[in-house]
Amino acid sequence: MSTMMQGTRGTGIREPGPVTRRTALRHWASAAALAGSLALGLGASGPAAAQETIKVGILHSLSGTMAISETTLKDAMLMLIAEQNKKGGLLGKKLEPVVVDPASNWPLFAEKARELIAKDKVSAVFGCWTSVSRKSVLPVFKELDSILFYPVQYEGEESERNVFYTGAAPNQQAIPAVDYLAKEEGIERWVLEGTDYVYPRTTNKILEAYLKAKGVKPEDISINYTPFGQSDWQTRVAAIKAFGSAGKKTAVVSTINGDANVPFYKELANQGIKATDIPVVAFSVGEEELAGIDTKPLLGHLAAWNYFQSIDTPENKAFIEQWRAYTKNPKRVTNDPMEAHYIGFNMWVKAVEKAGTTDPDKVIAALPGIEQKNLTGGTATMLANHHITKPVFIGEIKEGGQFDVVWKTEWLIPGEAWSKQLDGSKDLEADWVKLNCGNYNTKTKKCGGA
Amino acid sequence: MIRLLAFLCLLLAGPAPAQAQSPVDAAYARLASDSYADIEAGIAGLAASGDPRAGAVIAGLADGRLHYRPADKALFLREGTGLVEARTGAPASAEGLKPVRANNKVRRALEAATGTLNLTSPDLGKRREAAEAVFKARDAAALPALDAALVWETDPGIRRVLSEARAAVILGRATAPEPERLAAIQAIAGRADSDALGLLRGLAADPSEAVKAAANRGISSIETRLALIGAAQNVWYGISLGSVLLLAAIGLAITFGVMGIINMAHGEMVMLGAYTTFLVQDAIRARAPGLFEWSLAISIPAAFLVAGAVGVAIERGIIRYLYGRPLETLLATFGVSLVLQQGVRSIFGPTNREVGAPGFMTGAFDLFGMSLTWGRLWIVVFSLAVFLGLLFVLRRTSFGLKTRAVTQNRRMAAAMGIRTPWVDAMTFGLGSGIAGVAGVALSQIDNVSPNLGQGYIIDSFLVVVFGGVGNLWGTLVAALTLGVANKLFEPYFGAVLAKIGLLIFIILFIQKRPRGLFALKGRAVES
Repeated sequence: MSTMMQGTRGTGIREPGPVTRRTALRHWASAAALAGSLALGLGASGPAAAQETIKVGILHSLSGTMAISETTLKDAMLMLIAEQNKKGGLLGKKLEPVVVDPASNWPLFAEKARELIAKDKVSAVFGCWTSVSRKSVLPVFKELDSILFYPVQYEGEESERNVFYTGAAPNQQAIPAVDYLAKEEGIERWVLEGTDYVYPRTTNKILEAYLKAKGVKPEDISINYTPFGQSDWQTRVAAIKAFGSAGKKTAVVSTINGDANVPFYKELANQGIKATDIPVVAFSVGEEELAGIDTKPLLGHLAAWNYFQSIDTPENKAFIEQWRAYTKNPKRVTNDPMEAHYIGFNMWVKAVEKAGTTDPDKVIAALPGIEQKNLTGGTATMLANHHITKPVFIGEIKEGGQFDVVWKTEWLIPGEAWSKQLDGSKDLEADWVKLNCGNYNTKTKKCGGA
Repeated sequence: MIRLLAFLCLLLAGPAPAQAQSPVDAAYARLASDSYADIEAGIAGLAASGDPRAGAVIAGLADGRLHYRPADKALFLREGTGLVEARTGAPASAEGLKPVRANNKVRRALEAATGTLNLTSPDLGKRREAAEAVFKARDAAALPALDAALVWETDPGIRRVLSEARAAVILGRATAPEPERLAAIQAIAGRADSDALGLLRGLAADPSEAVKAAANRGISSIETRLALIGAAQNVWYGISLGSVLLLAAIGLAITFGVMGIINMAHGEMVMLGAYTTFLVQDAIRARAPGLFEWSLAISIPAAFLVAGAVGVAIERGIIRYLYGRPLETLLATFGVSLVLQQGVRSIFGPTNREVGAPGFMTGAFDLFGMSLTWGRLWIVVFSLAVFLGLLFVLRRTSFGLKTRAVTQNRRMAAAMGIRTPWVDAMTFGLGSGIAGVAGVALSQIDNVSPNLGQGYIIDSFLVVVFGGVGNLWGTLVAALTLGVANKLFEPYFGAVLAKIGLLIFIILFIQKRPRGLFALKGRAVES
């Protein structure tokens, strides 16, 4: 219920009415603060300070197809902000969340971002899920010079001054997963199965180059794309089964997105393909997605993430408890992008404290080098290329929709903005500290791409 | 390497079974470990050791009941609420135990070991399963067990699988003599399925020319057979997809086809049906778990009533004011669809809801080498049943007669004393209810989420328009045609291009025949 109210409040202020609910709320709040301070006999400066807040924008779809994933992140942000306020806010001021609903509509993302920055004057924005939504808001953030924290694993090939990428780059998820399969499971034949859009296509391009460099023959790689929301997987699963019967151990690397995953796994189970026959490693299936399926037939299929709810650390335990208390749901699950927001938000708080202001230019300069403990027992560092260091975990699906970690990297992997596997991107370097450039070409010694 | 180790263990197991640090001890010691490679070797050693407790320990490991004490590497099995010592089966108690964990590699070793151990099971079905497992594992350590089983096994079916398994093991060993390998190829080629194909393809780099030639002959004969099966399989997939399209579209064939309402909220009726199934299952799980197998049957009338009631409410509340204004109807029903989606999202949350499959809808069976899944088969049957039921209602009942009369000539029907507003409401309710029933079936193959309906609305309109508006048979033929065509294209062009190609085809077709496959003729159509 609280989510609904937040949602309506956020969209309520978009209406061009004379007195909105929010201004009414603010009047009421300041009146209460005034009354309170008078009663306590404080000085005149009291109410003025209490009135001023630092606004934080939350740009996640609360309706439309992406609501399934993004609503959770909005709630996670509200919880993080409420926690920070309990600790006394930031720079002596309270944080105030401003929630907008871009409704899974890419052009609307840009409009809502502009509103947040220009009208609401937020100090930073946490948001976006799909790459296309991020690309859609990029020009706005550049033009109005603000800060975006992007919490989802993505295809890389980007580094912008105004964006901080707290999700995994391909070298922090896809490549370690493939290494695990080749080494631990002896996989020699690969099916790269994805939904037809930019993230799977770029990731698969990187993986294909990586596998070929490792000596996998082209005929042992099969790449396929299906439309968004694909629900009839009979033909594809049969084709995977056929591809897997060439006498070599086969695995599926899945960049299938969103809702299409459930029917895919159901079809695998129905056609009798077990994880011991052809394991599937997925990059977009987390605890949240598994909540909608009976996981018994999926036992042993894999996912690669930088965080799993099942990882046993005191920080993670506290976070899960906090989340369940906040959502008032003792069964609510946590997932990887939530941890990314946790890290990103705390990094932003530290950077603002370090800079002593919320001025975007100063905060952007302060962010690289900021460290924040992650939830899995390591410490994430914001790098000069605006990506962070992350551990990589491979988890097996177990009963109840959780993952059992079967493998992890020994140290934290720094995120690479530009893939070393692709022509045109392997010579590029992103460094906003020394070079002040997101795509410095080490061959031509110039800033500005290949 | 591990197979070699296991093989060595096996060789050692024969002469010296009772000595200290025997292979059995070594195998048990390896199980109490954190390393998957050790556990795997331990399983193989245990399976080959002939230890009487091996079966129980391996089954326990497969179920996650095997634990070890890190201090002294002692193994324990959880049985019910108690704990027993793994090696003796004697009751025990211990603290600070860690589970022996499994990953896919360990699970593969477990399957192979269970297979080897179960070859001597008194249960016929278990022996067959075991023989298949050994065939899949191709574990050299299983060879003595296979030979022993071949001596006394009498069931001809199991004997065949056993000799195929033996052949598979032999093909995996480059040291086996050539005549034996040629005989093995013969046995494998006789199996003629994709597993056999995989095995024979693995021989492409064999040093012996004779073996390579025999393998190639085997491969080409299997490939021809599999190509035929593949074609039949694609047609079946097409029928299955067609039945889903039919289910999704059949309700729309009433509301759009018969009544002429451009009903954008049709998909949401399907979604409501799916959520009704979820609620029914939830109630059954909580109150009467024994009825779970019947949950879908109970959901069908419930979904019909829920979606039908919502349909009647929409018709009475909105659509009846908009008859004859198709553009406004389109916008209004689109609005209704957004309201319903967001309503469901607010009540049930944006995440997927789990709808379970009853036992008779899970798994697959073999038909002439094709693998058919039970779930899909039942959906084909169900969609045809819904189609015939609807046909019966429209053709053979008084309500159907009134519906057709109102559609064909509203004023004349009214003059004959038919309450046309009532018929309108009931017809729209019927179409919506049928959509709800479709939702029950679709909950089995798709996500139960607020977006469920959106994935089907375009396809549904496509089917109804292609088949000819107002013609139920047209809807059936169109759904099956589109389904089969889609699935025949898909293997060659990929799912994305197949969909685009079909769309272009339909656009061209509609240019040529604007009224679809089976156009209604008569005065009513012209007006």
